[in-house]
Amino acid sequence: MTSVEHNLQTPELAPARPVLDQDWRRIARFGAIGALALIFISLTDMPDKLDGRMIVEPLLSMGYFSLLWVPFLFGNLVTREVVLEGMVAHRKGVRELLAGALVGLLSSLGLVVLIYLLDTRDLSEPLVNWNSDLHTVLTFGEGNGYGMGFWIAVCVGLGLLGGLFHLLPRLVVQPLKAASIVVLGAVVLESALNDLSEGFGLESLFESLFKKGSDRGGLSVTGALVLAAFGFAWVFVLNAQVAKGKQVFQQAKERNRSATMTVSSVVGVALVLILPMYLGRLTNDLLVNVGLFLLLALGLNIVVGLAGILDLGYVAFFAVGGYTAAILTSPSSPGFSPELSWSVAIIAVVGMAILAGLFIGAPVIRMRGDYLAIVTLGFGEIIRLTVRSDWASGVTGGAQGILNIPNADVFGLFSFKGTDPQQMLYLVAAFCALAIYVSWRLENSRIGRAWMAVREDESVAEAMGINTVNAKLQAFVVGAILASFSGAIFAAKVGSVFEISFKILISIVILVVVIVGGMGRIAGVIAGALVLIGILGGPNQPGLLSEFSEFKLLIYGALLVWMMLQRPEGLIPNVRRSRELHQDEFLQDAWLRKQVDEDEAGGEGEVAPA
Amino acid sequence: MSERLLTIDNLSVTFGGLHALRNLNFHVDRGEIVSVIGPNGAGKTTFFNMISGMVTPTEGDIRFKDQSLIGLDPNQVTARGIARTFQNVRLFANMTILENVMVSQHCRTRQGIFGALFHTRSFKREEEEIRAYGEEVLSFFGSRLVGYRLHQPASVLSYANRRRLEIARAMATRPEVILLDEPVAGMNPKESEELTGLIGKLRDDWGFTIVMIEHDMGVVRDVSDRVVVLDHGETIAQGSYDEVSTNPDVIEAYLGRPAEEAS
Ligand SMILES: Nc1ncnc2c1ncn2[C@@H]1O[C@H](COP(=O)(O)OP(=O)(O)OP(=O)(O)O)[C@@H](O)[C@H]1O
Ligand SMILES: [Mg+2]
Repeated sequence: MTSVEHNLQTPELAPARPVLDQDWRRIARFGAIGALALIFISLTDMPDKLDGRMIVEPLLSMGYFSLLWVPFLFGNLVTREVVLEGMVAHRKGVRELLAGALVGLLSSLGLVVLIYLLDTRDLSEPLVNWNSDLHTVLTFGEGNGYGMGFWIAVCVGLGLLGGLFHLLPRLVVQPLKAASIVVLGAVVLESALNDLSEGFGLESLFESLFKKGSDRGGLSVTGALVLAAFGFAWVFVLNAQVAKGKQVFQQAKERNRSATMTVSSVVGVALVLILPMYLGRLTNDLLVNVGLFLLLALGLNIVVGLAGILDLGYVAFFAVGGYTAAILTSPSSPGFSPELSWSVAIIAVVGMAILAGLFIGAPVIRMRGDYLAIVTLGFGEIIRLTVRSDWASGVTGGAQGILNIPNADVFGLFSFKGTDPQQMLYLVAAFCALAIYVSWRLENSRIGRAWMAVREDESVAEAMGINTVNAKLQAFVVGAILASFSGAIFAAKVGSVFEISFKILISIVILVVVIVGGMGRIAGVIAGALVLIGILGGPNQPGLLSEFSEFKLLIYGALLVWMMLQRPEGLIPNVRRSRELHQDEFLQDAWLRKQVDEDEAGGEGEVAPA
Repeated sequence: MSERLLTIDNLSVTFGGLHALRNLNFHVDRGEIVSVIGPNGAGKTTFFNMISGMVTPTEGDIRFKDQSLIGLDPNQVTARGIARTFQNVRLFANMTILENVMVSQHCRTRQGIFGALFHTRSFKREEEEIRAYGEEVLSFFGSRLVGYRLHQPASVLSYANRRRLEIARAMATRPEVILLDEPVAGMNPKESEELTGLIGKLRDDWGFTIVMIEHDMGVVRDVSDRVVVLDHGETIAQGSYDEVSTNPDVIEAYLGRPAEEAS
């Protein structure tokens, strides 16, 4: 025990392993995966399509970046050492550099082969991006020899760099990481920053960092250096301050802490109120989309994250909200057209959401796990197809949809114009705030605990006196109501609804937002919506990186797989979930911190026969 | 004679041809501690599953305070006043210890979504009550489950403490009868001795009636008023510990037939 604690404070390192004591199979495997990844990315045409978006003008575009990260990451991962309890990490040295360089070399062979094949064969039949454009991008138009040489040199170099990262002390790695995050972050947020700088009259600052007059965007070289320096400064100066602040916050008395929470939420609210005035049309519009999806994701978070019901047909409730609002408010809705005001319609929307929640929920809620997922998937489509059917088209307009949906007016006092993103942003933010409040309050209540118990073990929850059918239905209905709000706002924003807006893909994207953000955690869901919908874009909406829209689903999928493997608890994890998923590690940590109790009676005497 | 709480009439259950329980007759009076013993696979846990509504009997009747329990869902049985623990400890592992005993008071509380959203006065009062009662049942086991432990997840508990928390969770449902499925299994002698004392207290101080499945004959001898022996789903003996432990049928069930007779 004592030696373990000692190790925790000053990790002792075993001597570096000899250079040739390599795990050759691992190197070959990582090299092969790297090569395949490079070929795959090239054939998706990312290098070509994303070449139009610069990171640092004129040095680096996102297109080339989509390839360059591969040898670096694999060169780094190949020698990552997993240190188990009771083992000691080895000192790093030339061995790691060699392995990284080899992986880089093997990866580069993928591109070398591809360049050769692009030049000599024509496989454009099955592989649509197999064309001379790709060849030109990969060889810089300078011929095979130049291209191949370039990629071999660069990949080996990057692999080496990846290996080198193991050798560098923390004090160097951290600022480097921070600098690259700041630079990439600035590039990703470029159009939003541009908007903001215009709003606040800081164009000169923006123009000093970003390349002027370039239609491909990107930082100027000096801008990149300035931002990198800022990243460094962050680590050395601000990090310590933030940590200190956090510590003060944690040590503060319960009362002070809640005061701090109040202050920070007031600041948050003020930010949401003020910011839209300074943001441009595009950014506001983007944030409205983020808000719509956030509303959906918060609802699904209650259903999946808290109650553990894997609902894949969640889009159905979005559709119910959208169509109910459309039918009740639009003057041109066929059949039934009461032309109510939006604020009156929203009450009917809630009613319809409850009905739909019960209607779909009642039959499926008795099922468990995968069965439930499949049945809800079916119901999601059924609702959409019903809306489209001839039978319902008298009311829903069928494939023609419903047009001329008026603005969202609130009891005649105020009207949110659908075409004005700034006003819509206020509307959607208000509903998101409501959803956050509801999630937060429910999570810490009798019903929230019942949901968690159902998620943990349904039959035991039942045996402990919880009516699981009721509890699950309630979660389903609360989720349905939040989704229907989103639908109603969506209808007023777009001014029309069509059944194709409610495809199953939306369900999937919302689920990805919830999973990537961190299931069961409100902050996680917000982060997930901002990152995925804000940056990459929703199923039908572009994000900040509009060039990526073609690759959006690919990146979603890759992100989901990576998350499931590496960080199943999401970006901002729920402490509980993360415990659930890293049970062993957690127990180990808890044991080291002496938090797990050991049976007090001690080892003397054998264990009673079971 | 005290009030008859639980009566089981001619109960049978079959799992696809296997008679897990056959023509079982059984009763429990208020304030009794009854032990159910029998070799592995005798049907003891099935018997509990049936009382708690998790398995439906093929035949027969279960009456609790003169009302039939047949056809009720497990949560309704719990609401009537019968709580249970599980042989293979099944806590809500990722909920905190306090939450485990708070959530099991679900059927004794009323607050719904409205109260939670608006933090009404009655909501706050109820939260306060169940928290206080939860801490009270936890402190039944001394200081092990309270203090800083309250807010730790159940999964960090030691095996013995998990068993204790299971009992606390059953107590928190405010039952009249508690069904304990092998409460001391896996505990060392010192711990099981202590728990034996606590089982006595559950009746004497808390007023619970207890039905307990147990393999540890020492524990059975120390606390039971009455012992029921099951074998192959049938009752082969009932009575005081001394009667049962000298019954030749019971000895045979446990030790097998003497070799010469079997052949
Ligand atoms: N759900 C079920 N489906 C089919 N067979 C079952 C089911 N539950 C129990 N059984 C069978 O019924 C018999 C009695 O099982 P039970 O678990 O009640 O035994 P037990 O007396 O509790 O044994 P132990 O002392 O090992 O806990 C066993 O043969 C078991 O395999
Ligand atoms: Mg059993």
